[in-house]
Amino acid sequence: MSNRRPYVRSMDGWWKRDPYFIRYMAREVTAVFVAAYAVLLLVGLVRLGQGEAAFNGWLQYLKTPWMLVFHLIVLAVFCYHTWSWFNIMPKTMPIMFVGGKRVQPGAITGTGLAASVIACLAVLFIVRGMS
Amino acid sequence: MKRSNEPIFWSLFGAGGMLAALIGPALVFITGIAVPFGLFFKPDTMSYAHMLAFSQSWAGKIFVLAVIALFLWHAAHRIHILLHDFGVHAVTAVRVLCYGGAFAGTVIAAYTLLMIKA
Amino acid sequence: MADTEKIIEIQVLRYRPEQDKEPVLQSYKVPFTDDMSVLQGLQYIKDYLDETVSFRWSCRMAICGSCGMMIDGKPKLSCKTFLREYYPQGLRVEALAHMPIERDLIVSVEDFVTKLESIKPYIIPKEPRTLEQGEYLQTPQQRDMYEQFSSCINCMLCYAACPQYGLNPKFTGPGVLALLHRYNADSRDGGQAERLGLGYADEGFWGCTAVGYCSEVCPKGVDPANAINQNKMNSAINYFTRFVTPGGADK
Repeated sequence: MSNRRPYVRSMDGWWKRDPYFIRYMAREVTAVFVAAYAVLLLVGLVRLGQGEAAFNGWLQYLKTPWMLVFHLIVLAVFCYHTWSWFNIMPKTMPIMFVGGKRVQPGAITGTGLAASVIACLAVLFIVRGMS
Repeated sequence: MKRSNEPIFWSLFGAGGMLAALIGPALVFITGIAVPFGLFFKPDTMSYAHMLAFSQSWAGKIFVLAVIALFLWHAAHRIHILLHDFGVHAVTAVRVLCYGGAFAGTVIAAYTLLMIKA
Repeated sequence: MADTEKIIEIQVLRYRPEQDKEPVLQSYKVPFTDDMSVLQGLQYIKDYLDETVSFRWSCRMAICGSCGMMIDGKPKLSCKTFLREYYPQGLRVEALAHMPIERDLIVSVEDFVTKLESIKPYIIPKEPRTLEQGEYLQTPQQRDMYEQFSSCINCMLCYAACPQYGLNPKFTGPGVLALLHRYNADSRDGGQAERLGLGYADEGFWGCTAVGYCSEVCPKGVDPANAINQNKMNSAINYFTRFVTPGGADK
């Protein structure tokens, strides 16, 4: 006769058990803000298709204080997304060698962040030059 | 074991995540803060005429569609996982809601862009 | 240099299936010196305070992988974690998270062992060679492609760190997938096709959401998160190209 009665513990609230999990969940929650921003742009696009009056209404809406607060939060979240995206990158890339030496995780994250800074500056100056 | 169909959603997730990581902060700053509140750029940067002209070019159409659609697919994938992480295991309903939403957004964006003619 | 004897409180999560409905914490006061590991603390309890406390251990030097447990909520090998780090506040030890508790600090390893066997954790030679033909040669760079993944000691700390395994025990999990990659990435191995069927499933690489904690807690620097996630790209490429690549659809 067996006395075995393996006990399975609950996973309720697992993300609160470790600061590492809280950071992971913060990374995943950025998606909600990415979605919100994409929907706002989609509304702007639909308004653009509906004509000048509709689009100007959307532009005016962007100037409300609530939209400024929203965009400041979204900007902070996007910056966190950029940081966390390249922070996990060394885990998602195959092992690489440059000149016979293994590329270190810090170099991968650093290259990604540098590329992001350059890309953002490029977008800013292209848009400034276009108008 | 059965081959996963995850590569389809993961590829869109990865493309959107990469695009958001590279130029997301700049886009939010331009469209949400700088232009509406008159910083750094000319006040008419996002005027109807400028945005219409941008959306009339094929390069502009592709850029706008890429940003909106890929951001939506990126977010849909993560929100789908997030719900699973929080213990919502109604798998089919969650999938339809997340990926269906991203699909609908993509169709609306593509249709609107095609209707904007030069 | 003689250490003055100090007393530390060790709380042990007890579970005796014949009498406990659910696990309960039991506290012990243990005299210790600065060179004592948490495992030695538990051995003191078993030898002098309470012989009914059950836990696994063997080598005492971080190579057998038997003594993993949650120490103040973190998956650690109790033989290479020292009591002095938890003095004076004391510490709590529990069975490894995400696995069924068999008794006290002992978890059931059946699921892990079944999964480990399923990925054929041994080299399946690409070409048969006779003794006369000599050994299988490999360049240092070919070795570097898998070497860190071969350091796994099957301690299962990564499983206790992986919420995806905790949420869905069908997920193959970090350690076994890292070993799958270890053999697939070996230039001498020819068993890729056999193993990748497991990797390409929802329960394989795709069950991972890149939390990354498995790699943090690994006592051997295996980096399972890297082993798994670098396969997602290959898996995706194979998914889209399988019908145009000869033999691709079989994988």
